[in-house]
Amino acid sequence: MIKLTINGQAQDVDVAGDTPLLWVLRDTLGLTGTKFGCGKALCGACTVHIDGAPMRSCITPVEAVAGKSITTIEGLSSNRSHPVQQAWIELDVPQCGYCQSGQIMSAAALLANNPKPSDADIDSAMSGNICRCGTYLRIRKAIHRAAELTGTSKGSG
Amino acid sequence: MSSKHLHANDDPPVTGGDWSRRGFLKTAAAATGGLVIAVYLPACSKPENAAQNAGPPKQVTANAWLRIGTDGQITVLCDRSEMGQGVYTALPTLIAEELGVAPSTIKVEIAPAGNEYVNKLLGVQGTGASTAVRDAWEKLRMAGAEARTRLIAAAAKDWGAPPQSCSVADGYVVFTSRRKSFGELAEAAAALPKPENVQLKGRNEWKYIGKPQRRLDTPAKVDGSAQFGIDVRLPGMLYAALAQPPELGASVKSFKADKAQGMPGVRQVVQTSSGVAVIADSWWQAYQARDALEIEWAPGANAKMTNASISAGLKAAAGGKGKDVRKDGDVDAALKSGKRFEQTYELPLLAHATLEPQNCTAEFRDDGCHIYVPTQVQQFAQNAAAQAAGLPPEKVFVHTTFLGGGFGRRLESDFIPAAVECAKAVSKPVKVLWSREDDMTHDKYRPPARNTLIAAFDAQKKLNAVKIHLVAPSITSRWAPAAVANGAIDPFSVEAAHNFPYAVPNVYVDYLQHEIGIDVGYWRSVSHALNCFAIESFMDELAYEAGADPYEFRRNMLDKEARWQMVVDTAARKAGWGHAPSGHYHGIAAMSGYDTYLAQVAEISVQGKQLQVHRIVCAIDCGQMVNPGIVEAQAEGSILFGLTAALFSEINIAGGRVKEKNFDDYRMLRINEAPQIEVYVVNSTEKPGGMGEPATALVAPAVCNAIYAATRKRLRTLPIAKQGFTV
Repeated sequence: MIKLTINGQAQDVDVAGDTPLLWVLRDTLGLTGTKFGCGKALCGACTVHIDGAPMRSCITPVEAVAGKSITTIEGLSSNRSHPVQQAWIELDVPQCGYCQSGQIMSAAALLANNPKPSDADIDSAMSGNICRCGTYLRIRKAIHRAAELTGTSKGSG
Repeated sequence: MSSKHLHANDDPPVTGGDWSRRGFLKTAAAATGGLVIAVYLPACSKPENAAQNAGPPKQVTANAWLRIGTDGQITVLCDRSEMGQGVYTALPTLIAEELGVAPSTIKVEIAPAGNEYVNKLLGVQGTGASTAVRDAWEKLRMAGAEARTRLIAAAAKDWGAPPQSCSVADGYVVFTSRRKSFGELAEAAAALPKPENVQLKGRNEWKYIGKPQRRLDTPAKVDGSAQFGIDVRLPGMLYAALAQPPELGASVKSFKADKAQGMPGVRQVVQTSSGVAVIADSWWQAYQARDALEIEWAPGANAKMTNASISAGLKAAAGGKGKDVRKDGDVDAALKSGKRFEQTYELPLLAHATLEPQNCTAEFRDDGCHIYVPTQVQQFAQNAAAQAAGLPPEKVFVHTTFLGGGFGRRLESDFIPAAVECAKAVSKPVKVLWSREDDMTHDKYRPPARNTLIAAFDAQKKLNAVKIHLVAPSITSRWAPAAVANGAIDPFSVEAAHNFPYAVPNVYVDYLQHEIGIDVGYWRSVSHALNCFAIESFMDELAYEAGADPYEFRRNMLDKEARWQMVVDTAARKAGWGHAPSGHYHGIAAMSGYDTYLAQVAEISVQGKQLQVHRIVCAIDCGQMVNPGIVEAQAEGSILFGLTAALFSEINIAGGRVKEKNFDDYRMLRINEAPQIEVYVVNSTEKPGGMGEPATALVAPAVCNAIYAATRKRLRTLPIAKQGFTV
């Protein structure tokens, strides 16, 4: 049994310790919002937060994250209220949508560390996430918009 | 955080669950011809409705696309696959407009396989060739208008009021101060005879068509609840990883599964029509055990195939004459006089690389075989599964999920039979999922092309003749052989060439079909991309030959083509043609496809070998828009799709095996490499044109023409990264 904390909830999973976290989330726990794209940390579709930092779950052995706090797209907010999700909705970012869980998790991690990212900061934080539909321009706009929304909500208490 | 956040979605998944209803609807529709049946469906009720009413609401089927619940809930069956291009929003909008309700109030389901959903522009139930809105434009507005007419008739009858004095607003039929909800009227409306006089709303009455509307699928795509094929989970479901021949066209000679069988979680190893599948409790276990299979492959016809052999084959074939596509004037006579100019353009194989790898889940139930699949072509999927299951097609039920990218890859059904074969073998639901490497090495690649163009100028330096000789495989000859039987030309091979727009007295286009030995597939914009690259590069070369400005050269030959000229002028003006910033250079290209007219200007710079694409300006006349935001998004996305291919993409084959495996050797454009994109849509009330694909095709010629302007180096093949530039 490996003890995990996923989206704030304790979970015991009975899997081989070298199983990538991605497959534990998707197949064992049914958290299918985190996507499989490449299996080699090349596309970012599988991005989750480990203790707040963006990680590629497709190459992260589950035993390496035992006891750490894991957040998936399902746990980012309970009602799409995270500023990144709000901005994504406002600007209609997704097309096919397949990469967007990973994009949103990368963007949320960026904003948590850097509340007012520049275009260069966005390029640096987001270049590991492929969008085959080409929504990059809207992703960039939406991250700036999410930064505004975060600032507004903080400003108004 | 409470436990529900593990399954965070309080709303039901947008396409998930409740599969039985679709099967039922299909059966009911088949039994009644799909018209006016009152269907009692307990599964449709939401708990809160059930609590409020005596019983769950009835669902009244108005037609194949529309159900109205007695609670007033409108459900639209979207008969095209949502793969990012926006049909899940645009198609319901057409019905919503006629019903006078906001699209955001509508529930959308993806339709099952059925003849009523055949796309009249394709002849099959399919999502492709940028046809969804063009096919739906009259059909779905009529479906909505018919339902509105019935609802009004039912209310008018009840009130003894003249129907022409009644109107609809926000889910009610209204007459003076009286109103009745659609839900109250649904059953009575369905019982009326089919109305004879159904009128579409006038353009001046539109509240939603052409106006900004948010996409209906966005909420599900920001919280992880949108269900793609890969996300399907069924009770008792097992997972399979499939070993396919590394050499395209090879087959299984023999295999040993002892090691794999003994690995954790492995249930069974099954030989399928396409390889050997390992079925396990989880996909990771199946995938690990797949590597332990010992398979001897029997080589096939492609064992010696290389890129060079494919290219040599095209070159050898190109000496022949193809079928006549277009003949204006007498090209051969015109080419004999005047200054002659000839060039050949060659393009490589490309992969689709949808971000969601190919997958399919199959399940046998008492009523037949159910497949849960991201497909662009429901009836082909149904047939493929039926053949694998040994069942008639009507015993196969197709449940279409969201597609994690389509781009033509999911017009194929090659990933379906293995799932059915596995499910049959283990008598349990099985999800077959390809790895990225499986996907990259077993695509139906975009065909290569070798196009030769010859032109002649007259004594006044005016273009007098253009001969376009297209040489490429025909996808349609495999995909829908009946469509090209009896010598018919594959229409998907001659796009952007048959409609050469420039005023040249003598034009000849021929298409020579040359098969290369491996399956090739439709790839976003299909032959538009192959032919537009050749023609618009050639036009640029001709402009320089004539000593003319590439934009002026084109527009002067478009003066009888108003829509073409408008987009060319708009792109040039918005880009600041002739006034590029210092060190920057412009290249232009124009095209018409899918009833849409486009022009693009690329702005680039070259420092040493380093190419940078700074900006792409795109002018579009796509006729009447349904959703301007989606039109713009499709243009942006198509441009980046085309730019990725132009800069980086090439599939290489050696020994019949594809060398590229993943995104490290098949490079994708990333956010830091995306240029500025400006999209200008010309106001138009012409019938809608397609927007899912066309903007893809102009990028390569526009960028290459800009590279010529900057460096005087002409690129006649791609990708740019292999032509001496760093990108």
